[in-house]
Amino acid sequence: MTEKITMNNIVKRYDKEVTVLDDIDLTINEGEFFVMVGPSGSGKSTLLRMIAGLEDITDGVMKIDDNVINHLPPKKRNLSMVFQSYALYPHMTVRDNILFGLKARKVNKEEQQKRLHETAEMIGLSDYLDRKPRQLSGGQRQRVALARAIVSQAPICLMDEPLSNLDAKLRANMRIEIRRLQRQFGLTMVYVTHDQVEAMTMGDRIMVLDSGKIQQVGRPIDLYNEPANLFVASFIGSPKMNIGTVQKDIGSKKFIIEGELAVDVPDRVIESLKDIPNITVGIRAEHITPPEEGKEIHTLEVMNVENLGNETSIAFDVGKEIWTAKWPGQWDIKVGEALPVNISHEDFAYFDSDTTQLIRSSRSALKEGDEIDAVQQK
Amino acid sequence: MQSSRSELQDVFMKQKRKTRRKNFIKGIMFLLPSIILFSLFLFYPMIKTLYLSFFLTDMAGTPTVFVGLDNYIQLYTSDIFRKSFISTFLFVLYIVPTSIIIALFLAVLANEKLKGVGLFRTMYSSTMGISVAAGSIFWMYLFNPSMGLLNEALGVIGIDSIGWLTDPDWALIAISLTTIWMNIGFTFLILLGGLQSIDQSLYENANIEGAGYFRKLFQITVPMLSPTLFFVLVVTIINAFQTFGQIDILTKGGPQYETNLIVYSIYREAFVNRQFGPASAQAVVLFVIILIMTVVQFKFAERKVHYQ
Repeated sequence: MTEKITMNNIVKRYDKEVTVLDDIDLTINEGEFFVMVGPSGSGKSTLLRMIAGLEDITDGVMKIDDNVINHLPPKKRNLSMVFQSYALYPHMTVRDNILFGLKARKVNKEEQQKRLHETAEMIGLSDYLDRKPRQLSGGQRQRVALARAIVSQAPICLMDEPLSNLDAKLRANMRIEIRRLQRQFGLTMVYVTHDQVEAMTMGDRIMVLDSGKIQQVGRPIDLYNEPANLFVASFIGSPKMNIGTVQKDIGSKKFIIEGELAVDVPDRVIESLKDIPNITVGIRAEHITPPEEGKEIHTLEVMNVENLGNETSIAFDVGKEIWTAKWPGQWDIKVGEALPVNISHEDFAYFDSDTTQLIRSSRSALKEGDEIDAVQQK
Repeated sequence: MQSSRSELQDVFMKQKRKTRRKNFIKGIMFLLPSIILFSLFLFYPMIKTLYLSFFLTDMAGTPTVFVGLDNYIQLYTSDIFRKSFISTFLFVLYIVPTSIIIALFLAVLANEKLKGVGLFRTMYSSTMGISVAAGSIFWMYLFNPSMGLLNEALGVIGIDSIGWLTDPDWALIAISLTTIWMNIGFTFLILLGGLQSIDQSLYENANIEGAGYFRKLFQITVPMLSPTLFFVLVVTIINAFQTFGQIDILTKGGPQYETNLIVYSIYREAFVNRQFGPASAQAVVLFVIILIMTVVQFKFAERKVHYQ
């Protein structure tokens, strides 16, 4: 009962002037947990509402399986949706809220009751069926909204920031639960969020959207290791990737980052980047490591230290940028101290500063074969 | 030890009383403007009316003879007052449901997202900006037996002229028509406001779940609008009981006391017949009726009202 969603050159414009979504080409596979993530105003909710049929499609073709659905009313698209506000009917009991759609679709009474009790059992709402939404906590309301989506047995489920009204602990639980339900029913899930942690932890695949354009689509880990451009690099991952502009010093075979940090770079890297006039490098927090003998050591000034118990997050001043490092365990580091750290050119991802596109990814993105190759060349 | 502790307690208590008194005075200062206005224009006239209802007065309204409950007993046995009582209830029954249903219908229409809907919203709410006097004159022309538009229209489809304001069978209906028309502007505006504050995602969810137009209307719109409907109901009923202007202009309570609604009857008794005592008694009766109606509505209807 799974179905896939295809979009070809989807465009959304308001009043023929403001373009909200531009040229969206996308396939969401059957039974996939697909996350659309982006900052507010990126157009992710609009796209979701276009799939639901709540917003008109200005241009392009949208299909579910092989059927064009551009002009199909929402109720004929055979999908369910969970709203950010939950959209529960405040005057109805939980039972009536869950059954609303089944009654509207004239599902027979026995079937209604059967599905109601199965769903309520599974979601843990059995004891609350006779309550009104206002007598429930935020988490329970969220569950009612989920139950309503599941009881419809629609193969596609759309979720619009469903966890944004919950506290952190509950959110972590619900992430797991939603994922479990999606797997259990083999739902094709399209999930909108602005929270990159939700995107990373829940999605089979993620689409990063900014200003109405697709920035990158891929597996969470690929987006993390090999961000296609500076926007994705700074959006995916917590803390964000450390970014710095480069001055090339060909004579001493060094790249000087933010006018401060001089890192040795081998010939082949310099060679491969020689056509790019302006370069920005990015390095993940976990790749700025505690100093080890025999590795390249740099000294950075510590700006702030956050001791989290299992790891220590250290912020450095690098030119006008703030870089962060994450070291496992507990470290006794003072603010203002000049701290020696390992930074290797191999952990750098290189971006063209003018186009913001990725030119050369770091070693964590390379496949095993490539890495051996790189070592051999050294 | 013991005595010093109780002394301390005394000081505390004194301090506490002092702050309480200070707060009380502060509160009264804030309330003072309202207290003065209400006393002058509401409480004093109310008490005076109650007082007058136990007396007979001279032409100037000075109480002369104490008659106890006589004025009330007179009312109870008076055919004219009974008629006025029945007319008033009939009038309320005609106009309240009709006004609300028509206004709700228009509000639902005007709540659609269509081009040019603003024009209709202005049109439907425009009677709010028309004074009772102007509206009544306008309807007087429509009701005119020889040259009125209504009778002409009836003539076209071959129906005899109706003496709208002169026929005892029609006068109350004519007054009701006028009042409904006047009410619609206000009722429409309040209901439209109520409709627009309903969370759109409720409808979106209903669309996705396959609900049709009437299911959405009766299972979402009406229940979500119930607090607004309740408010409109209470206000319309109270207004209906207090109708005066259109009667004074159109029928003057006639024909045969058919449109002699209570407020008009009070006016006639007091300022035409100069019977301030009996008029006051009628006013007190009206007050009690409206009070009871409102309390009953809050007791029963409010249970069915859903607040967020």
